[in-house]
Amino acid sequence: MAEQTLREWLLTDTPTSRRHAKVSAFYQGWLSFRANTMAMIGLGILLALVLIAAAAPFLAPHDPFAQDLGNRLAPLGAEGHIFGTDSLGRDILSRLIYGARITLYIVALVALIAPVVGLLMGTVSGYVGGWVDIVLMRITDIFLAFPRLVLALAFVAALGAGIENAVIAISLTAWPPYARIARAETLTIRSSDYISAIQLQGAGGLRIITKHIWPLCISSLIVRVTLDMAGIILAAAGLGFLGLGAQPPSPEWGAMISEGRRFILDHWWVATMPGLAIFTVSLAFNLLGDGLRDVLDPKAGE
Amino acid sequence: MNTFAKLLTGAAIGLAVSVTSFSAMAETPANMLVIAHRIDDVTTIDPAESFEFAGSDISRNVYNRLVSLDPNDLAAGYKPDLAESWDVSDDGKTITFTMREGVTFHSGNPVTAEDAAFSLQRAVILNKTPAFILTQFGFTPENAAETIRADGNKLMITTDKRYATSFILNCLTATIGAVVDKETVMANEVDGDMGNEWLKTNSAGSGPYKLDSWKPNESVTLSSNPDYYGGAPTMERVIVRHVIESASQRLLLERGDIDIARNLNPEDVAGASQVDGVKIEDELKGRLMYLALNQKHPELSKPEVRQAFKYLIDYEGMRDSFLKGQYTIHQNFLPATYLGASEENPFSYNIEKAKELLAAAGVENLEVEIGVREAQERIEIGQSFQNAAAQAGIKVNITVGTAKQILARYRARELDVYLGAWGPDYPDPQTNAGTFAFNPDNSDAAQATGLLAWRNSWDTGGLTEKVEAAVVENDREARIQMYQDIQAEFRETSPFVIMFQQIEQSALRDNVTDWSTGQAVTSAAYWQVTK
Amino acid sequence: MALIEDNGKGRARASLPPWIQTAFLTIGSIAMTMLGLLFVTFIIGRVMPIDPVLAIVGERASQSTYDAVFLELGLDKPLIVQFAYYIWDVLHLDFGTSLLNARPVAEDIARVFPATLELATLGIFFGIVFGVPLGVVAAARKGSWIDQLARVLALVGYSMPIFWLGLMGLLIFYGILGWVGGPGRVGIFYVDVVPSVTGLILVDAALDGNWDVFKDAFSHIILPASLLGYYSLAYISRMTRSFMLEQLSAEYITTARVKGMSEWDVIWKHAFRNIRVQLITVIALSYATLLEGSVLTEIIFSWPGIGSYITTALLSADMNAVLGGTVVVGLIFILLNIFSDLLYKVFDPRAK
Repeated sequence: MAEQTLREWLLTDTPTSRRHAKVSAFYQGWLSFRANTMAMIGLGILLALVLIAAAAPFLAPHDPFAQDLGNRLAPLGAEGHIFGTDSLGRDILSRLIYGARITLYIVALVALIAPVVGLLMGTVSGYVGGWVDIVLMRITDIFLAFPRLVLALAFVAALGAGIENAVIAISLTAWPPYARIARAETLTIRSSDYISAIQLQGAGGLRIITKHIWPLCISSLIVRVTLDMAGIILAAAGLGFLGLGAQPPSPEWGAMISEGRRFILDHWWVATMPGLAIFTVSLAFNLLGDGLRDVLDPKAGE
Repeated sequence: MNTFAKLLTGAAIGLAVSVTSFSAMAETPANMLVIAHRIDDVTTIDPAESFEFAGSDISRNVYNRLVSLDPNDLAAGYKPDLAESWDVSDDGKTITFTMREGVTFHSGNPVTAEDAAFSLQRAVILNKTPAFILTQFGFTPENAAETIRADGNKLMITTDKRYATSFILNCLTATIGAVVDKETVMANEVDGDMGNEWLKTNSAGSGPYKLDSWKPNESVTLSSNPDYYGGAPTMERVIVRHVIESASQRLLLERGDIDIARNLNPEDVAGASQVDGVKIEDELKGRLMYLALNQKHPELSKPEVRQAFKYLIDYEGMRDSFLKGQYTIHQNFLPATYLGASEENPFSYNIEKAKELLAAAGVENLEVEIGVREAQERIEIGQSFQNAAAQAGIKVNITVGTAKQILARYRARELDVYLGAWGPDYPDPQTNAGTFAFNPDNSDAAQATGLLAWRNSWDTGGLTEKVEAAVVENDREARIQMYQDIQAEFRETSPFVIMFQQIEQSALRDNVTDWSTGQAVTSAAYWQVTK
Repeated sequence: MALIEDNGKGRARASLPPWIQTAFLTIGSIAMTMLGLLFVTFIIGRVMPIDPVLAIVGERASQSTYDAVFLELGLDKPLIVQFAYYIWDVLHLDFGTSLLNARPVAEDIARVFPATLELATLGIFFGIVFGVPLGVVAAARKGSWIDQLARVLALVGYSMPIFWLGLMGLLIFYGILGWVGGPGRVGIFYVDVVPSVTGLILVDAALDGNWDVFKDAFSHIILPASLLGYYSLAYISRMTRSFMLEQLSAEYITTARVKGMSEWDVIWKHAFRNIRVQLITVIALSYATLLEGSVLTEIIFSWPGIGSYITTALLSADMNAVLGGTVVVGLIFILLNIFSDLLYKVFDPRAK
């Protein structure tokens, strides 16, 4: 199929099959997304992050763990260390590059856990209703009423410090809003004629939830997750800052800021470089989230 | 929109103007001493219970003891305080103190031998954390009334056997030796607690300062006692403000909002020392930084492995970099300046030597967990050690946790390796000898959780008896030699890798004189400070 | 964020007036949520690998001292019994004493909460004063430079680690420029100068007529409050903008414009009037977040507030303090939620 016809096929007003319609809708979404420069910048930064993380061993000029106490706290632009060195004489640039892996790991895990839990709670609560709804929503309220960082801290303290536990703790504090959203969507969808029709055909609750409600909730969840990612990265960095995230000598960015904050007055770059890295990635997620919202969920945005 | 833009600019300018009017360089009032310090460890200020650094600072300035140390001459050792003089009986078991006349408590009540007896009995009966400092002499809640008694202006204490007199008197200089106002304390007794609940947050002393307020994690305010028997202190008000961040403390000091910053890290000390009007004072403290190897671990209990670890510490590299100015190399359990302290530091950073020792022990692919408290310098020491160990083929996993988390596992004998700090409890060699090299019952059932040797399941290889002998030796020179011998053996055989001794660096405004944090032997004193 | 869902089921069978039912339901659900909150906190406290006894007695304690405290705390009793005791005490407004500093927890909270309240209130004030007009103008002039500025401000606010910005702010405005007061609530020699009536230093100083203290306290609070204000500004301005856009595209606005109403009146008298309720919900939520205590800001500015109080207590296993703090913070959160729900019910035309 020639390029021209592929484009036409994708942009058709009269899809020939359900799949055709889906692909076409996706392509049109992509086109409007692509027109959003800011969102594309965000996407670009995140793709770069993935590439950097994947190619870390080739990109990093030094071993991120190699110590050199004789050459500690080297300034920006020092010989062989563009971003300087930290308190133990480790190359900051190399640590940032390897730290990208940890950031991605955190993001990926939280993005897998929290929305899924929220989706499950929210849709079940919304679809089944009655006592189940009351109980599940009270549980959601309880978690919402907790101060978030305190809850995360409590879980990390209970489970022990470490990156996996930090992820679990953050996920535990992140799911209630998703449950709320999923429930609200479910309530609207449940009362629609479309669901009633399926119910009349004899479909079971489980089938309706997984096959018909979930797909409809997902787009608003994706938007919300993307917008929350920045908050999640910052929360992980906050835990790292308090010494409860990744364990040394892991080059987690929040922990790097925490290590570097002691020198903030005389060697400001040690804390600032990872601070900028966190800022850039958070910003990228925010830009992407804004763009996605415009495409997937126009009514929520503007 | 234009209106709004104007509004915004107007507000911003107004804010900037109102805020700049504060910019004048501050200076603290002449009669007030303002200190930035971390005081989050203060949990109680009852001297029978208080056992943390910042809490001891309060007690030292609020209470007097029978004997105490002079902040201007700490090397002289204990001097008369509320006790004017003392006599030791012929059998060496009873000491009779003669009380100083005419001293009054802040309440106006006179200080009597009865108050002194009550204070010591109370500490023994309450049996709080620091009680062991007294109970090691055989005092028990049951016999306290007979072993500690007042008669007129004399106070008599009788120990269960003969100890070095200096050992007993050194112990009485500790916080737990503080003399409290019996009448005031007992007036606040609740349910037979001997005033413990009340004294946790209030004071009843005779010292140079009275406690005005203690707000946990916020501040401690003291005001001078004009009737202090040693003369009213120059600084009429002392405020200790809780400031966690070193950078914040330094900014406060450089701007003249405080007189003394006590928790600056090496980089901030270096930075602050460049500033006009700021000076740095070093004091050698008693705190030691060490690694402890759990002897329950099959590999770590091999003598060669214990030795190998002592060569895996980059002593000089760390001292000259991130510990710069704040720690000195010290490889013995008695801190420098203590009676019997040793200057021998035979171990150096030597990966090859460590590898040889490990090979000789037949150890390969060793992987251990090290517990580290959540404090930046310790995390860095841990990482430096991890790096060195990796070069010798040992994989070290660092677990960082809050003090209480890591400590609980250490006390339960669960950690492979612990990176710890130990500060002496009273200025006598027994304080460290009795924990590093003393462990009469190494079984799990003994639950001697207070002893470092027990926590690491180390039976001390015969040092326990030598420590017991040294503590009752009354001949000073002989006692020194005994501690020298114990430490020589300890260095080679123990599972403790003692690395550093702390130097406390205080950063002061340059008009502050006679500041003392108490060196290795006691806590900070404020009454002799002038500016 | 409707906390109480009125699904209409209860209405048919009961004979009580609906507002009483609603009141009962509301109180019941607060009680349930609070109980759950306490239970979760309690469980966390018990499974935490921090030994509360050790937290009290310290490293050197002998075993007999340890055992005595263990019994004193009632740790030998079954978990559920311990929890029941705790609830019983809380119902009598007794939060127990802090394990670590021996003071009644209620007293501690009464001391630290005003610090947070003062900071959060000033922070949300900045957030509203700057955030709402910014959002309105950004919506009215969509695509203009001010819209772009609002967007950038918000994005930066969402993306910046607060502890880093705080440290840098302290360095620049206090350390270098000396424009503002340093860490803490007041300069050290103003500590305890004015009598504590409300616990809010600005208010106490004003009541006492001591304007030196007021000025000093203001110079200390301005930086952390601006920082928190900036973060709420980011959120409030974004939400205002999107609410406004929704209104401005509505038909009645077009009608008003056609009728020749001035742009100022269209925006402020019509569109803005209609977003007030939504806006208050957003602000209430934002305020609730600030009232939880921004732990990191409080640490950096040595601000003795509830956030750092709970955190410190948590890390040293002072469970009475953690529970007490969580109850207070949770209650505020729930009450603010209910408050905005009520606003919705009363004012939102669609809810009627």
